Amino acid sequence: MSIPSTLALYFSYPFVRYAFVVAVVISLSASLLGVTLVLKRYSFIGDGLSHVAFGAMAIASVFKLINNNVIVLPLTIVAAIILLRTGKNAKVKGDAAIAVFSVGALAIGYLIVNVFSTSANVSGDVCSTLFGSTSLLTLTESEVWFSVILAVVVIGLFIFLYNKIFAVTFDEDFASATGINADRYNLIIAILIAVIIVMGMNLVGSLLISALVIFPALSAMRIFKNYHSVVICSAVIAVICAVLGMLMSILLSTPVGATIVTVDMIVFAVTSINPVRKG
Amino acid sequence: MAYITCRDLKLGYDGRVVTEGINFEVEEGDYLCIIGENGAGKSTLMKALMNLNKPMSGSIVFSDDIKRNEIGYLPQNKEFQRDFPASVGEIVISGCLSKCGWRPFYNRSEKKIAEENMKRMDIWELRKKCYRELSGGQQQRVLLARALCAAGKLLLLDEPVTGLDYKVTCEFYGLLSELNRAGVSIVMVSHDLEEAMGHSNKILQIGREQVFFGDKNAYLMSESWKSFHQHHKDHCHQNENKQKRITGYEPDRKFEEADKNETYDAQYRGGDRS
Repeated sequence: MSIPSTLALYFSYPFVRYAFVVAVVISLSASLLGVTLVLKRYSFIGDGLSHVAFGAMAIASVFKLINNNVIVLPLTIVAAIILLRTGKNAKVKGDAAIAVFSVGALAIGYLIVNVFSTSANVSGDVCSTLFGSTSLLTLTESEVWFSVILAVVVIGLFIFLYNKIFAVTFDEDFASATGINADRYNLIIAILIAVIIVMGMNLVGSLLISALVIFPALSAMRIFKNYHSVVICSAVIAVICAVLGMLMSILLSTPVGATIVTVDMIVFAVTSINPVRKG
Repeated sequence: MAYITCRDLKLGYDGRVVTEGINFEVEEGDYLCIIGENGAGKSTLMKALMNLNKPMSGSIVFSDDIKRNEIGYLPQNKEFQRDFPASVGEIVISGCLSKCGWRPFYNRSEKKIAEENMKRMDIWELRKKCYRELSGGQQQRVLLARALCAAGKLLLLDEPVTGLDYKVTCEFYGLLSELNRAGVSIVMVSHDLEEAMGHSNKILQIGREQVFFGDKNAYLMSESWKSFHQHHKDHCHQNENKQKRITGYEPDRKFEEADKNETYDAQYRGGDRS
């Protein structure tokens, strides 16, 4: 079958169209926040949170809810706030606290899944939570709406707070000294990260979500040198990579999450090798 | 009424007192230099003035004439994140942010303020340039323009010339004096005694407790100045001798100031984390 007809066949299924919408909105919101995360040196918090989200997902699966996000989202947000607070506390070093959180959450999550799971295929469940292999193509319409609404909230807040986020990211001391409530914006940033990670779990799984956050931002920073252009470029790269990755995974029958992340990686490699410097 | 009135300040962190008994005022048009030994709590005092940390006791009162968002701050010339992609224009206008309140974007008058301050600091042509590609002097002027966007009335500076060469340092102090003449009050932490004595009108010297506060001319007559200055000169002399020993070269008179600045920097950069 030729490539166009294969694609036409796939797109006649609603779940493929859903998956496309979800992939684009999630990649877009992850990349917007990604710039801030990378510059604020919060990348590791994103990574730690994704493990926490895995643990939360395991807990949620025990309760057999219709929508696991009811449990996963609040737990991840709480973890984000705690990690942000400990990051500022000199007595507990931030990176150690994150390691404790993420490894602990992984262990407990796997333990819970193993002990309580009624599913016949435990390792399959774990694998899809970690790498998001097949879950994207079994999305329901309500999950699509959930992702789209969250993405709109994240993107809207980002645009609304754009200048404040820039100021707090570039020089927190100056911002506080001139009367900006830096803690408040840090908190908002942490909550947005948590939301994005939970959204991204459906798409690429908890282990790969950090890639969606970090790669587009890093690639954009190789090309542009002012904040405004970097943010826009990062968003454009993220959307292109998401679309390309989805198409490739359909044509080559590869896992969706891993394919999107690989495309992101290739773009990053290309921008690193050939740094086109523009103003 | 004075812009800032400090009474019986006790400063420190983690329950450890760094300095206490601090009493001073900053009035409109003042050029106050805060000097003191390494680790005397100069930066801690500055942070307290900026509301970044709370004094252990005592009070800092801002008069009604000056609001929080009319104070500009120029940090120690710290190394900003090296890979931060930000243009000069973006950084300067971020000084206007506190004027925005909940409004998400800058309005025309704030853009105008940013433009005026960039022109004032002679960086208007650089506005599209990336901050990290500028020279140290240019970067400092960008931060000063940002501080001016926030301020208008009062500038707080924490060792603003650290890491700058002699010529740029002179230019920078020239800019400050100009601003001061134009009505901007200045409070500066400085290691550069010659400069502090040259341009300021008031001096605050602190140690474990306040050593001196008052008029510069009164300070120059005081015992505190004599001993502090002597101590300072000894330091410089040692360094000069060291250099002579190492290189067999006597520093040219013309560059002596520059050398002195550098040696001060080298001495103080290591320890001053207060």
